[in-house]
Amino acid sequence: MNDMSQGYTTADGRKIGGTLMEMKNITLRFGGVVAIKDISFDIREGEIRAIIGPNGAGKSSMLNVISGFYIPTEGEVWFRGERRPQMKPYQVAQQGIARTFQNIALFKGMSTLDNIMTGRMTMMKTGMAAQALWWGRAQREEDEHREKVEKIIDFLEIQHIRKTPVGRLPYGLQKRVELGRALAAEPKLLLLDEPMAGMNVEEKEDMSRFILDVNDEFGTTIALIEHDMGVVMDLSDRVVVMDYGKKIGDGTPDEVRNNQDVIDAYLGVSHD
Amino acid sequence: MVSETAPTGELCSIPALLARNARVHGASPAYREKEFGIWQSWTWIEVAEEIRAMAEGFLALGMARGDYVAIIGRNRPAHYWAMVAAQMCGAIPVPLYQDAVAEEMAYVLEHCGARFVVCGDQEQVDKVIEVQDRVHSIEHVMYNDKRGMRKYDHSHLHWLHDVQAEGRAGHTRFDGELDRRISELDYDSTCVMLYTSGTTGKPKGVVLSNRNIIETSKNSSEFDHLKHSDEVLAYLPMAWVGDFIFSIGQAMWTGFCVNCPESPETMMTDLREIGPTYYFAPPRIFETMLTNVMIRMEDASPLKKRMFDRYMKLAQEVGPAILDGKPVAAIDKLRYALGNLFVYGPLKNTLGLSRVRVAYTAGEAIGPEIFDFYRGLGINLKQLYGQTEASVFITQQPDHEVRSDTVGVPSPGVEVKIGENGEVYYRSPGVFVEYYKNAESTASTKDAEGWVATGDAGFFEPDTGHLRIIDRAKDVGKMADGSLFAPKYVENKLKFYPDILEAVVFGNGREMCTAFINIDLTAVGNWAERNNIAYASYQELAGHPRVLDTIQEHVEEVNRSVAEDEMLSGCQIHRFLVLHKELDADDGELTRTRKVRRKIIEEKFHDLIAALYDGSTRISTETEVTYEDGRKGSIKATLELRDAAVQEPRHRRMAAE
Repeated sequence: MNDMSQGYTTADGRKIGGTLMEMKNITLRFGGVVAIKDISFDIREGEIRAIIGPNGAGKSSMLNVISGFYIPTEGEVWFRGERRPQMKPYQVAQQGIARTFQNIALFKGMSTLDNIMTGRMTMMKTGMAAQALWWGRAQREEDEHREKVEKIIDFLEIQHIRKTPVGRLPYGLQKRVELGRALAAEPKLLLLDEPMAGMNVEEKEDMSRFILDVNDEFGTTIALIEHDMGVVMDLSDRVVVMDYGKKIGDGTPDEVRNNQDVIDAYLGVSHD
Repeated sequence: MVSETAPTGELCSIPALLARNARVHGASPAYREKEFGIWQSWTWIEVAEEIRAMAEGFLALGMARGDYVAIIGRNRPAHYWAMVAAQMCGAIPVPLYQDAVAEEMAYVLEHCGARFVVCGDQEQVDKVIEVQDRVHSIEHVMYNDKRGMRKYDHSHLHWLHDVQAEGRAGHTRFDGELDRRISELDYDSTCVMLYTSGTTGKPKGVVLSNRNIIETSKNSSEFDHLKHSDEVLAYLPMAWVGDFIFSIGQAMWTGFCVNCPESPETMMTDLREIGPTYYFAPPRIFETMLTNVMIRMEDASPLKKRMFDRYMKLAQEVGPAILDGKPVAAIDKLRYALGNLFVYGPLKNTLGLSRVRVAYTAGEAIGPEIFDFYRGLGINLKQLYGQTEASVFITQQPDHEVRSDTVGVPSPGVEVKIGENGEVYYRSPGVFVEYYKNAESTASTKDAEGWVATGDAGFFEPDTGHLRIIDRAKDVGKMADGSLFAPKYVENKLKFYPDILEAVVFGNGREMCTAFINIDLTAVGNWAERNNIAYASYQELAGHPRVLDTIQEHVEEVNRSVAEDEMLSGCQIHRFLVLHKELDADDGELTRTRKVRRKIIEEKFHDLIAALYDGSTRISTETEVTYEDGRKGSIKATLELRDAAVQEPRHRRMAAE
């Protein structure tokens, strides 16, 4: 079942590569509470992988395990063919994993440009003193990073808010800026925690298009958590369904849609 | 007489002008575009090279003489270059409105039989692909922005940069052919074909020759002493004749620099960064700018607000006179200079109008108060009157002879006469060749002697020789009692209020006038916020009783002002309603240049008009709307109809006394 090296081709003709990340028998406990119970799945290079499930199913915990924020109680995380040791957040970022948050986590008083610039922090090499003096290498470095950031601003069509403090922006735009910051790190794997939460239909359509474009243009692998079933089914190549910390389904959107366990979990049957 | 001026030297086509500019102004900037946060610029030499590469790329794709090349996109240098490149190949560029829905696009593409389409981005490509099964003439589609295009079938789809690269690679093959085709261009070759937006019926393709464009550009550039050091901001729709004259005609003739904004949303910031010296905007833009200033002043500190009010009052009183060089008391000059230091200067800088030497507005009448606001600030804002069929210029205002209620004197080389029915006719070197594939309309618009009917009613002021336009000739009518009905006159007065975006007045052949009003969401929304009025939608805000009260005050004030005019006092508005949706070009209610289409509005909202005349106070209605992507839906609303106080006409009042 877990074909490590074999890729596949999606319905719209995109080539999906081998395994980028593999979760092996992950269990996560907080004291007596079992948030995740023995879950295994993989994320292939270039695909859009969704994790869905009803409230409290353990989706965000799972994303936190992927991002390295939580250390699984049992089980192993394999990333790019190596077992991942316990890591600090910045080490995860350097590995090429970036994320957005369910509750926007931006610097409200800083401009869009500066916020996205922070996404490139881990890539800056010059020291604080050199940057403060802003001379020679530090200046050249800033120019390079600025160029990358401007490409992202252009890509996300947020030129008009380049200099606007993020706190003044409407919610949908803030979400877009957050995506921009995650992209600035040029991630291999992009984790999106409910990218559409609280958006209206138009904003959702925009965001969906950006997610598809990111995947298409930069070849970024994307793992996302989302409540909106319609969005998930349209966007993702494969879906993991969780309920009460357990994996109850895994496959293409169509397979998942016809899975009896999934239907039960969403429509509700008595758990006895 | 149509002046038969021989072409100036060899300069009888746009490509020839381009070659001259590369020779004479080679190193000065020709085009700028803000991209990735930086103004990228191209000199005339670079532009000439880029365009030539593009033209040779077109040849590689098999572009033939007389082919039609549609260009759909926002103002970007590459789109302008594509037009000139097409001309070099002997083809005819046809710029289209980029916000047109696929349906409208299909008509134009089919009518001109375009073989090539140059698209700005994926959105436009999608529309073209959508209509392609109906429009069989399209062979190659090119696009400028690569984004999202990777998955498309590229057998007949090309990235514009690849086309250029192909042209560069094959230049030895194409150089001879291209030079031959460029040298074939003369004053009578077609320069461009522009589709009129058409307030009635289907769009018509106006064929303009090199003579039309170059003569007009030459005359108008000389009229305003445009120099190659001038700067313009290109942000108006490329399909509109004005943009073609400013950003191609005059730019090529004088060699000034055309600046393209980063995106439509950043227009105001980009305007400020560039600080154009020559600026054109339809009244709507000036209105929006003024509305924004007023909104921001409402939120300013009391001290700033007091200073603003005080100095703006002074600006209204003496500003226009100072600008016109008329005598002004020394003390007022001093106060104005202080005002300039504290208020006008900083304000102009914020608006991006500090460097403006010549500014024009046209397309619609501008409210006198708006006009005086800008002139008061010392901005040389003038009016011109023109048409696509005239290559824009019919009349324009010379410096120092500027008034808000006239449109100026005939432009150089243009003859104007008033017909028996009051309609304005003109004849000039800019007069269009024909309507494409429409000899009938050509004949009914342009007579054998070259006189063109404008469709506007107007008259020359005896004292000044300036032309005054009353209204569209076909819109001017009579009320049931025989008094004159000129809807636009009243609508313009209404539209001056920042919270009224659009107004449509009815009353032709009826006892009394009534009106539809569209609120301006920015202004009214801001007002609602300040007054703690909660609203969930445009519709709810538009129906709010306090909004209706404010609008009623405006209507009554307009009635008082209309009553002053003897001829038009019958046009006072007796009843009005505030529409539950914004009039929109996507729904066919406005043209793409945002002019009201009365017929369509009358048909679509016939139930509302009936209610205005039968005296009812409420009406429920359902309206079909088109979303931006072309889907249709409908909205339901219950509207309140209100009576407005009207004045006894002045002359009748005097007679009674």
